[in-house]
Amino acid sequence: MPARRDLRSICVIGSGPIVIGQACEFDYAGCQALKVLREDGYRTIVVNSNPATIMTDPGFADRTYIEPLDLEGVADVLRRERPDALLPTLGGQTALNLAIELDAAGVLGELGVELLGARVDVIRRAEDRQLFREAVQSCGLAVPESRIVESLADLDGVPVPAVVRPAFTLGGHGGGFADDLASLERQVERGLSESPIGQVLVEESIRGWDEFELEVIRDRADNVVVVCSIENLDPMGVHTGDSVTVAPQMTLSDESYQELRDAAAAVIRAVGVETGGSNIQFARHRDTGELRVIEMNPRVSRSSALASKATGYPIAKVAAKLAVGYTLDEIPNDLTKTTPASFEPTLDYVVVKFPRFAFEKFPGADTTLGTQMKSVGEAMGIGRTFSEAFLKAFGSRELDPGSPTPWATIDDLPEGLHPWFVGELEAAKRELRTGDIRRAKRAGWGDDSIGAAWGTSGDDVRRTRYARGIKPAYRRVDSCGGEVEAGSNYLYSTWGEEDEGPPVSTKPRVVILGSGPNRIGQGIEFDYCCVHAVQTFRSLGYEAVMVNCNPETVSTDYDISDRLYFEPLSPEEVLAVLDRERPVGVVTQFGGQTPLRLARHIEAAGYRILGTPHAAIDLAEDREQFGALARELGVRCPRGPPWRAPARRSPRRARSATPCSCGPRTSSAGARCGSATARTTSRARWRLSAARF
Amino acid sequence: MTARATGYLLLEDGALLPGRSVAAEGTAFGEVVFTTGMTGYQETVTDPSYAGQLVCFTAPMIGNYGVADTRLESESPHARSVLMRRLGGEDWALWLAERGIVALDEIDTRALTLRLRSGGAMRGVVVSDEKALAAADALDRVLAQPTMEGAALVADVSTPAPYVYSDAGETRVAVVDYGLKRSILRRLAAAGAAVTVYPHVCDPDDLASHDGVVLSNGPGDPAPLVEETRVVRETLGRVPMLGICLGHQLMGLATGHETTKLPFGHRGANHPVLDRRTGRVLVTSQNHGFAVVPSERAEATHVSLYDGTIEGFDFPDLRARSVQFHPEAGPGPHDAWPILEHWVDELRSS
Repeated sequence: MPARRDLRSICVIGSGPIVIGQACEFDYAGCQALKVLREDGYRTIVVNSNPATIMTDPGFADRTYIEPLDLEGVADVLRRERPDALLPTLGGQTALNLAIELDAAGVLGELGVELLGARVDVIRRAEDRQLFREAVQSCGLAVPESRIVESLADLDGVPVPAVVRPAFTLGGHGGGFADDLASLERQVERGLSESPIGQVLVEESIRGWDEFELEVIRDRADNVVVVCSIENLDPMGVHTGDSVTVAPQMTLSDESYQELRDAAAAVIRAVGVETGGSNIQFARHRDTGELRVIEMNPRVSRSSALASKATGYPIAKVAAKLAVGYTLDEIPNDLTKTTPASFEPTLDYVVVKFPRFAFEKFPGADTTLGTQMKSVGEAMGIGRTFSEAFLKAFGSRELDPGSPTPWATIDDLPEGLHPWFVGELEAAKRELRTGDIRRAKRAGWGDDSIGAAWGTSGDDVRRTRYARGIKPAYRRVDSCGGEVEAGSNYLYSTWGEEDEGPPVSTKPRVVILGSGPNRIGQGIEFDYCCVHAVQTFRSLGYEAVMVNCNPETVSTDYDISDRLYFEPLSPEEVLAVLDRERPVGVVTQFGGQTPLRLARHIEAAGYRILGTPHAAIDLAEDREQFGALARELGVRCPRGPPWRAPARRSPRRARSATPCSCGPRTSSAGARCGSATARTTSRARWRLSAARF
Repeated sequence: MTARATGYLLLEDGALLPGRSVAAEGTAFGEVVFTTGMTGYQETVTDPSYAGQLVCFTAPMIGNYGVADTRLESESPHARSVLMRRLGGEDWALWLAERGIVALDEIDTRALTLRLRSGGAMRGVVVSDEKALAAADALDRVLAQPTMEGAALVADVSTPAPYVYSDAGETRVAVVDYGLKRSILRRLAAAGAAVTVYPHVCDPDDLASHDGVVLSNGPGDPAPLVEETRVVRETLGRVPMLGICLGHQLMGLATGHETTKLPFGHRGANHPVLDRRTGRVLVTSQNHGFAVVPSERAEATHVSLYDGTIEGFDFPDLRARSVQFHPEAGPGPHDAWPILEHWVDELRSS
């Protein structure tokens, strides 16, 4: 079925400001969609309130509106532009909710705007717990059981273990976990007496079950493909955005995996998503194999951005094409060009995603992980084995030393971690202990980790490696396991293998370093800058080479740059890319603090940093140097050269005026800054800040 | 765990890939092929269609979830060797070792795959210990091995005598065993058929006495299977028939089509097949090194969206149809299960 020609203009809704759980992955999705819709000759209109997005760049859509993402704002745009259709499945929950509101307010009906991707009843069926349960049950599958209980008699037939949640008690007081009938009755009795309305919710417990996600796509001819399977290393109950995840799934046999695949196809059909992608989450009991369908997102999600980057299958792009009427067999696979999008990607590598938390910004915040997402960003590692991918992602988080985070060290295994993963990590540690540098590298250990384990430094390890000619090889991500020729420019490093096609073009090259995982103070705006840098260098006749490890971004979309290295932004990996690419220059100034930390290594290796030199950036960022410069220039600036943390001495309070502000010398967004208004807080903040030095 | 020997894979073009021996000691000669399926290693290795082959898995971690008898597609392994990037579990290595299969991990499986993709399927040898056989000596022996083209292998893997697999069910189905996978029998029985299995060459009258005949999958080249093709030709039209994989190729030969060796075959669980009649795409499990050459003839109902080769026939006048892929899955997606189920339903209602 070819594209629909009864539609001429399509409005895409973005996802608005970055909040926890909804970040730049929707900019990536929106950009992809706008690109393919325009290529197909549709007039595109975009509405988003977030100006730090690439999708709102002039020229990305035919019309761009920076307007509040509320009923009134979007309704105004629709009235003005009169598009034929609205595509709400690429802007996260925000866009989906707006679509429902616009429909309920009669705006869509009044203006004759068709909803593409998911109809209102479909969105409701996926989001309303009762409707979703009915849809799931209609295909012979189960959701976790739950029942409202007002007396012990209501407990008849309730499965144990179970979770008891009293109604209307503060912080779930009086609730708890019951692993047999007797303790369930005790819990319920207590819960009933605690609840002001004498009511508790008894839920089937799926604590400790394994969690899997499938990214599924369906077209209007009812073809269904599974783009990617994702396995969570953290147990059921931790939000998938906060979980360490691996793709493809590692621990399921074929029959168990196919059962999930069948279930995912059944659910997307039962819910009724006609075109586009969905993310379906499952809990699976490790021993009995029992399945529960946890939830479904009838739209592009954070997981689909990850799945797209993990497989090289551009879910948002394909979803947009399906929305305007193409079928999967008509859409070419971007990476191979010769095969259609109706195949399922097969991976000859492993991908691991680590969440990036920012608990250091919220002293005293509860760091326990649960069903509400707390991470602010993520980093992805690609390797030929699980341990290689794991260790790359693990090291890509750019943690500040000592900041509280789950899995701070490699031994902080989450509770109930599947023994297969434990075994692989143990095996990797054994390889490190062999003292054989080749074996340690092949297991995935970075130079710094090897240096730390062997009582030397990462720089020393690197020197030894170089002297012995031990260097990484680069592999292509081609989504087909090498079966079909693919001119993909999407690369990752591994060790002890053949290198696939070093760069051949004679054009001068520029390497642009990205900003790594999102964190507070370093987010989507840096990716915006990187993408513009790439585009500008390309238009000037350079080959633009991108290095980044953040799967949510536009910069890690493989068709943005001439070559994409999906690699950690640490000296080792960046220097290896530079050695391979031999660029005329390296751009460090658009990636926030991350590449600045690498500048010293880059210059020491003899590469030229383009734009603001490292010394100048240091001068501006280092408060002490900046203060001296200001004095020299006779420019007034807030008094107080920074005090270095005095060892076991109190701050030189005498010369400090309160109120004053405190911050580390260089940091992104003044990590651990505080403005002090009283001496006691001033001192407390001082300590906090000094702790970083 | 004892120290593992360094072994190697040698290809007929002289390429040498070192690896680590993780299962039986010895050497294994055969055709080197790769499969892109990410799950189902035990099903793959016990699929008789892999007879005479050294199987490379493109998925990098193999053996993660152990072994189980329920995953056997036949009594024993038919692949002669297993090549992996990383062994994912000791149970798998032990299972292979107990069955005398030479297996290597730490192989650069992607380099091997790219080589086979550009150079085509090649003969090769897997040696568990480089000290036991020097690569220079091994190459002559590799080149002395027969090629897969022209190889008639079904006699080695077919049942010697008929047997009843399942007698429950009113619909009586005969399966001609060219090296069948148990999943075919299981799916037929699950669809309610009573199943009797016949050797690769059998009496067309015996087959025609059933309600339907399935031509199974199997290894090697269909072209030299003259007797088998004769049996198919003489049975066609007398009884409803369904061909799978090699069975599809034999049906093609029996109806005037030609077969050819594919450069490196289709092996995996993600291959898209278009049903020309409905426009629907099936994601299929595949394992074949030969194919029916593309044709615009009306009976060619299914085509590969990878290379246009014929993936299915429908001969309504002969009450015969076939598929090149594996509707029984095992391993792979279940999308095509209904092909078997509907066929048995049709037999029952006719």
